[in-house]
Amino acid sequence: MTPIPLNHFVIFSLFLFSIGLYGTLTRRNVIGILMGIELMLNAANINLIAFSRYISPNPETGQIFVIFVIVLAACAAAVGLAIVLAMYQNRKTVQAEDIHILKW
Amino acid sequence: MNAVQSLAHFIPESILIVTGFLILVLDLFSKPKRWLGWLALAGTTGALAYAAATIPGNTLPLFYGYFTIDPFSVFFRITALVIITVTILMALAHKGTPPKQEGELYALLAFIGTGLILMAASTNLLMIFISIEFVSLTSYILAGFEKHEGASNEASLKYLLFGSVASATMLYGMSLLFGLTGSVELNGIRDALAGCGNTGPLLLIAMALLFVGLSFKISAAPFHMWAPDVYTGAPTPIAGFLTVGPKAMGFAILLRVLFIALPALQKEWSSLFAVLSALTMTVGNIAAVSQTNIKRLLAYSSIAQAGYILMGIAAANAIGLEGILFYIAAYALTNLGAFTIVIVVVNQSKSEEISSFAGLAKRSPFIAASLAVFFVSLAGIPPLAGYFGKVLVFAGVIEQKLVALAVIAAVNSAIAAFYYFKVVKEMYLTEPADSVPAERPFPAVLATAIAFLAIAAIGIFPAPLLHWASRSLIF
Repeated sequence: MTPIPLNHFVIFSLFLFSIGLYGTLTRRNVIGILMGIELMLNAANINLIAFSRYISPNPETGQIFVIFVIVLAACAAAVGLAIVLAMYQNRKTVQAEDIHILKW
Repeated sequence: MNAVQSLAHFIPESILIVTGFLILVLDLFSKPKRWLGWLALAGTTGALAYAAATIPGNTLPLFYGYFTIDPFSVFFRITALVIITVTILMALAHKGTPPKQEGELYALLAFIGTGLILMAASTNLLMIFISIEFVSLTSYILAGFEKHEGASNEASLKYLLFGSVASATMLYGMSLLFGLTGSVELNGIRDALAGCGNTGPLLLIAMALLFVGLSFKISAAPFHMWAPDVYTGAPTPIAGFLTVGPKAMGFAILLRVLFIALPALQKEWSSLFAVLSALTMTVGNIAAVSQTNIKRLLAYSSIAQAGYILMGIAAANAIGLEGILFYIAAYALTNLGAFTIVIVVVNQSKSEEISSFAGLAKRSPFIAASLAVFFVSLAGIPPLAGYFGKVLVFAGVIEQKLVALAVIAAVNSAIAAFYYFKVVKEMYLTEPADSVPAERPFPAVLATAIAFLAIAAIGIFPAPLLHWASRSLIF
């Protein structure tokens, strides 16, 4: 059985990254934006895993990187949701267009 | 060096971490929490004293090379410790921190100090990503620390959203760079790029994506949109910290990435940074002119200052790089001093408008005089620290024959002088509404004195800092 060629992974991750970026730019709901960011991080993870399998002289490097990224993504989600919650308690909204006290 | 051997050289960071956890525990048992701030201050001062007393002469790859102590990281380690010490003093002087959470504020500041040093000492992509995320996540929390204030919430939410997108983009760039070179070590990346001599479009894309994240950290245009809102909404001591701490360390990482990993692409990135530099300073200065809120004015001014520092990167020669280190140290002290005065004034007036500085010279002459000195230094007028920083980056740019950039920067300096002196004029020439002198809490006096004496000393005797900066360059 022939393995899946590397460029399939790279193209897939590029699509995933673009979907995530599109989500962060178009979503109006803050939770939706955070989900888009998760997609972008996971696109990078797929890249790292694929490259460490096909290219890197020592494959652990990329895999360890991915583990750290997963943990940091979880931390970012925890901090992010805490901030969204504080926002919701004060202002009763999670819509990006309602967040506009600060502007020049 | 393995983990146990490394600990002997990891003492300043260990002091900060222990201080942080100690405060978190003591926080549970103490009702008045102010003294925890002094404990944090003792911790950071101890760490600073230790770091300054034991400067290693050679390069030490601690923790299997994941934390590198070399002259460059020692420079930024001491800068970071000074920044965090002054920030804790500012936090002690600031009124408005929710009393229940005061302990956590000092603990977070101790932790973020460790994060800053990690940023300066990382030499591979994994550590760079982890340390940037460490500092960013902690900054998001700190920006939203006054959680019952709508503006503080909004600042932290905006910071979180912009910051996370920038980090994710940077990570994608890192993954491409890893794929192209097969290494996450900056040295390994350089060797792989030097070996193949190939600068294909994919490499340029990877580099550009990586720079998105780093430009966000240093608030370079066009990734600066978050900065004014975050610095305005965040509690004032935190805003002061965010304009210098993460920014200084962002420059440290940028320098390492550019000069260790990507020297093969110097032609590409030096012209890119010349454009970014001109754009950043112009956007910052022009937007600052019309501001009426002092924190927002300082936010735009800090964007413009990042533009001046980027001139050194565009020049990419010895004098420009020395200039970057010198400028960062001078800028950090000056900006922290200016924000301390803002805290003192806003504590009393409860308003962040520039009009609350009216007649400050009559009410409290010393406070007004120090703010005037800080602004003169930021504007780059001799004989203060900011002037020599500007001289060095200008010299670097002119040596590289980037005359257009130097002209743009000179015009920008004139614009900057206009809005700094607008505040000075308000303090000295406008009549005060009342004659009550501003209350001067002791920590604020101490922070102002440190910043004031340091920038005056650096301005009058620039040689020691200049020598130290030139010895700290390892590229």
